[in-house]
Amino acid sequence: MSQADVVPIGTRGRPGRGSSTTRTPSAASRSLAGNAAAAPASPPEADRPTPPAPARATRPATDTDDRARTRPTSPTQDESTTGTKPGESTTADDGFELPSSVAELLALLGDTAHAALGPDADRLVAEGLGFLRRRLTGDYGVDLFGLDTDLTETIVLPLLRPLFESYFRVEVKGAHNLPDDSGALIVANHSGTIAVDAVMTALAVHDHTPSRRILRMLGADFVYSLPVVGEMARKTGSTLACGEDAHRLLTAGELVGVWPEGFKGIGKPYRERYRLQRFGRGGFVSSAVTAGVPIIPTAIVGAEEIYPIIGNLPLVARLLGAPYFPVTPTFPWLGPLGLLPLPSKWVIEFGEPIHTDDLDPGEADDPMVVFNLGDQVRETIQQKLYQLLQERRSVFF
Amino acid sequence: MGRVVLVTGVGRYLGARAAALLAEQDDVERVVGVDLVPSPAPLGNAEFLRADIRSPVVGKILDREQIDTVVHMNVLATPTAVGGRAPQKEINVLGTMQLLGACQRASGLRSVLVKSSTTVYGASPRDPAMFSEDMAPKVPPRGGYAKDSVEVEGYVRGFARRRPDVNVTTLRFANFIGPHVRTPFTEYFTLPVIPTVMGFDARVQFVHEEDGLDAVRIAALADNPGIYNIAGDGVLTLSQAVRRAGGVAAPVPGFAAGPVGSVFRRARLADFSPEQVRFLTFGRAVDTTRARDELGFVPRYTTEEAFDEFLRLRRGTAVQAQQVARSVEQALVTTITRGRARVAG
Repeated sequence: MSQADVVPIGTRGRPGRGSSTTRTPSAASRSLAGNAAAAPASPPEADRPTPPAPARATRPATDTDDRARTRPTSPTQDESTTGTKPGESTTADDGFELPSSVAELLALLGDTAHAALGPDADRLVAEGLGFLRRRLTGDYGVDLFGLDTDLTETIVLPLLRPLFESYFRVEVKGAHNLPDDSGALIVANHSGTIAVDAVMTALAVHDHTPSRRILRMLGADFVYSLPVVGEMARKTGSTLACGEDAHRLLTAGELVGVWPEGFKGIGKPYRERYRLQRFGRGGFVSSAVTAGVPIIPTAIVGAEEIYPIIGNLPLVARLLGAPYFPVTPTFPWLGPLGLLPLPSKWVIEFGEPIHTDDLDPGEADDPMVVFNLGDQVRETIQQKLYQLLQERRSVFF
Repeated sequence: MGRVVLVTGVGRYLGARAAALLAEQDDVERVVGVDLVPSPAPLGNAEFLRADIRSPVVGKILDREQIDTVVHMNVLATPTAVGGRAPQKEINVLGTMQLLGACQRASGLRSVLVKSSTTVYGASPRDPAMFSEDMAPKVPPRGGYAKDSVEVEGYVRGFARRRPDVNVTTLRFANFIGPHVRTPFTEYFTLPVIPTVMGFDARVQFVHEEDGLDAVRIAALADNPGIYNIAGDGVLTLSQAVRRAGGVAAPVPGFAAGPVGSVFRRARLADFSPEQVRFLTFGRAVDTTRARDELGFVPRYTTEEAFDEFLRLRRGTAVQAQQVARSVEQALVTTITRGRARVAG
């Protein structure tokens, strides 16, 4: 097949395109393009306290996001900013030019995407390209704890959603107990060999709160010593389980998640499933009392069965520096296949909040108060677990 | 009566600028800058005295010039600037010892300000997200500039105990960055290929050089003793900073980071002491509330702005990359949606 055959297909029969002789747009389109480029650059200057800093540095990302997102939805404006003559090459605002053959190919891609994805295609394409550009140039924000909202909401949560919705078929109960705009401490049972339950809870919180809140999870220091895992944990909103961080997040009005059983919970053998382990020193209670935020006892059913631990190899664990080395019916026997979790049916129930604002913040240091409240939370979760287990018809359905 | 200020380390950019800035203040009568090498930046109204703070001569200067305020800027972060790690340590640790020894005998002394750094908090996976001034490091630094800073602060604490009548202020600075200052970090971000630690993305904080100098100005004259963290608001992740710098990140596995670091150090490309590698692995951020509330210091540049400002003036091309990327994105979006828009219109 010769190349001459390809070009007409790419143009989808529109004559004249792709045979550009002149590389400059018409006077009309030049002036329009110039205005479009000049308009959005100035407004964010007003609230800047720093005179000598460059304009580029502080231009909020949302500014361009909005441009990218709204543009395709207004076809007429779009038409006018780009070249009006067929056969001209595309000229963007800042004067970047695409060769016309590439432009043809992209237009074809756009049409294909449109045919495949329906009317949302333009928005999706614009969002995808915007995301790519932000990632490549580092033009996004992270908070003090390292949370990268852009990455979390655009990549991580969408990737986990099929696991949540189709694989574990997580049923979320009591989402109305989650505050939409204030601080609270979610305390849940921990199970499942690796902390899949925490990840699923984060997704449940995100998808079942009107303002799409990101759960700020508190993880053990071991998590942050691991390559990749530690990095992703911080980027998706986790931080170290310590009093300082918990206090900082709760007083900032964040929704914080903690699994006080820790490794004792996720690393326990299958025969002890749904039996809550000791709740550590109750540091989470102190944090909640100091910040005066409610504790939301949360029960997670289904996570115990994803990787049933039938044995533990402490010696191997010691060699690897891990808290335990699980042996499940499939791991390590089947190699990587053993990493596939069993498709149990999950229920996550957020319980009635236990209020702490009637306590004096000074009581956070009172061991009796802390232990009593800790026991109350533990009992509530345990009761809820038994109740959910009784209601459950089978592990997998 | 105006203050008479002694500034050490005026042979380096920050010291020189601090001296010039203090000399401009209304309530400062004189500023004497000392160092072994002449200043790289104009000293303004400050006087220059060639002296080695590692020798007892500094005590004589304190007496003769009737110094009441000492600003100790001669704690160096950059070993390559003074010819290696050994001279760096000598200047930092022994220089501070001598200086504080002389200060202890100076009867007219009113306040001492010492430049330290947030490296004293170390860097480890057990660190809280933000360090405030009264937290101890989870894993104390074992070497390099970080260890120097810890030792310097130890001597400063001892001095404060022995001379309770003197206001002692320690400023713990995050990594300095800006168009003029040279630190291991500015060298690091000007490498064409930037080695990072695979699987880790440290949170880093910067303080713009102008903000840092402003903090010195406020703290030196405020009579508000204590320890203060000084950093720009917010954090950047290392990967983000590398991409903004337009550099190419070369992830090195954790176990190889040490050897690779020493190769870079030998080649004098950048300083990758083990402490620096730990910082690039686990990162660190500090809480600057105390400086804001008690010292009244509010940084003008956030971490992000400070870094972009550094890039704009150091690597003019790098920030343009963001502009180019934006216009490429625009061009792609318009092209992809153009054909259909015409049909619809």
